[in-house]
Amino acid sequence: MVMNTDTAQKFVSFEALPAFLAKLAAGATLYAPRRENKAVVYRPWQAGDKVELSLRPTESCKHVVFPRSEELFSFDMGGDPEKPGKAGLTLQEASEPGPAVVFAALSCDARGFLAFDPVYDGCGTGGKAKDTYYLKRREKTTLIVRTCKSSLNTCFCTWVGGSPASSEGADALLTEINGGYLLEAVTDKGASLLASLPAASDEQSAASRAAREQAVQSAPQPPQDMIKAPAALGALFDSAAFWEKQSAHCIYCGACTYLCPTCYCFNITDESNGLKGLRMRSWDNCMSPLFTLETSGHNPRQEKANRLKNRVGHKFSYYPKIHSGRFSCCGCGRCIKSCPSSVDIRKIVLDAIKEAANV
Amino acid sequence: MSIQDDIKAAIAKALQDIPCVIGWGAGPEPLRATPLFMRNAADVENFTAGFLAVNNPALYLPSCKGVKTALVVKGCDARSVGQLVAENLVKRDELYLIGYPCSGVIDVDKVAARLEGKCEPGEVTRLREENEDVILDTPGGEVRLAKKDIAADKCARCRYPNAESADVFIGEKRAPVVDQDEYADLADFEKLSLEERKAFWEKELSRCIRCYACRNACPLCVCRDHCVASSREPHWLTQADGVRDKLFFQLIHATHLAGRCTGCGECERACPVGIPVLTLKRAFSRQVEDMFGYMAGIDVNTTPPLLTFRLEEPEIKEREW
Repeated sequence: MVMNTDTAQKFVSFEALPAFLAKLAAGATLYAPRRENKAVVYRPWQAGDKVELSLRPTESCKHVVFPRSEELFSFDMGGDPEKPGKAGLTLQEASEPGPAVVFAALSCDARGFLAFDPVYDGCGTGGKAKDTYYLKRREKTTLIVRTCKSSLNTCFCTWVGGSPASSEGADALLTEINGGYLLEAVTDKGASLLASLPAASDEQSAASRAAREQAVQSAPQPPQDMIKAPAALGALFDSAAFWEKQSAHCIYCGACTYLCPTCYCFNITDESNGLKGLRMRSWDNCMSPLFTLETSGHNPRQEKANRLKNRVGHKFSYYPKIHSGRFSCCGCGRCIKSCPSSVDIRKIVLDAIKEAANV
Repeated sequence: MSIQDDIKAAIAKALQDIPCVIGWGAGPEPLRATPLFMRNAADVENFTAGFLAVNNPALYLPSCKGVKTALVVKGCDARSVGQLVAENLVKRDELYLIGYPCSGVIDVDKVAARLEGKCEPGEVTRLREENEDVILDTPGGEVRLAKKDIAADKCARCRYPNAESADVFIGEKRAPVVDQDEYADLADFEKLSLEERKAFWEKELSRCIRCYACRNACPLCVCRDHCVASSREPHWLTQADGVRDKLFFQLIHATHLAGRCTGCGECERACPVGIPVLTLKRAFSRQVEDMFGYMAGIDVNTTPPLLTFRLEEPEIKEREW
């Protein structure tokens, strides 16, 4: 539900920010970027915490909606440990998630959830197989998205339909201007959080518009032929040589996947202690050989080349083919920036487009 | 010719007999190079050594088994190779090592600290090396930094800058930076009480995302696809997002590397959330040095002490307990 943004612009000065954050934290778990050692991570905010806005966060805020591991339910086999077959099994649903607010998500991160949504909202099943665990958290989470002041070398949101000042997926927008931040509501959920703030002046609104335009200007130009990526990657599916070359330096850790705002795969395990335990869902990672290891011992993606092909293919070919052309990549560039061996997904996609043109 | 050109010539020569030479090439941004797998003359043109040659190419050796492979190596990389050879995990005659005198490599986190308040490292548009300095182009203008201020910690305690075991060495050998690793970093850490140390690790590991980049970046972590952390049956580690399992893994990792870790620091560099995991490994390395007089990766003909058994260890006074 998009509001008339002209009437919903608010201002919070640098000095008044902690009080505003305290107000947000009173009604929900408030996540804000925090510097910890060399990293910037989203943590529950508490009074006195400094919000880190000078460095781009190392991780995305996807764990707020899609926790690294979450309890699906707990179980108790009950009865006699010697005769588990005769025991009376009891199941207990996990507790309901509470409301959450993310302060200063990046615009790419907010768009990342748009790649999640159809998958967890029953796409392919006519809306029947809905993932209520995800949807409940998503519904209860409000995203306050900051405008980026500049782009990093690894940023490429504009390649995949985004922008450093995008409001897509955001509930409210946060733009730094002289003396503080301009906040504007994008959805009703966002507007209700901003209600207590004073309205922005015309000058402040103009400054925010200028800052947002400046951000868009500074963003990298997208390549002309990204639209060819799905077909190109499809054409190279059987090109072992291409994928072996592209993956030679990949060390197949999960850094790219776990820092990615659009990677949504999970594993389910029973974590039990004796006859009691939890059924747990936790992040899984397609770069790991275990991801596709079958019970028989066969692994269709034993080689890292096949795993990297799947990761890139999923984001730039298989997903867009069934989701109206939307890439399941938001161009945040964390997979490039934090890759221990500097694998560059942009280069792989561009090389694929070039290579496929020669096939 | 510069050293860079001489190394390129050595690589081109090696490629006459060897299908692949692993070195470094330009990375996705000016502060970072990337491991480069060179197979032909065009690939060699992209080769770059020097201050950005951070990655340890020895990491890739176990997966090259059975195929003769050449590596361009720094002194610390050569130690990893040496340890792999000492443990019979790779065969020395399947390797060809091209060494050069390393004068240290960049630590991007240190650059970040120096640029604090100006810009992020990801906004640097160009890096030039000028003798002992680097000059960075940033949105706010040029920034000159001394290499020694932004070099990796390991470089300040480097005893082996020269890849002594190389088959061919390009350039003049450098003097070691220090004669002895004093483990001053550990001494600082050990000023903390046990409770403080526990609290430290709990805080640091609470950021861990369990990507296992630390493990996969380690050239001596050769269990690879059969790691205790990814075992389904038995299910050693739970999937819970808790510090207990994360610490459990780090302790297994460090223990498994005792007397094997050469201190290349790739585990810590690879960690996307900056957890100082090398500290744990260095604690074990110091212990093994003190107890067995052994440093990993120096002498390929000595069996690593924890891979063998002696009835009486000179430094372990069992009978006097």
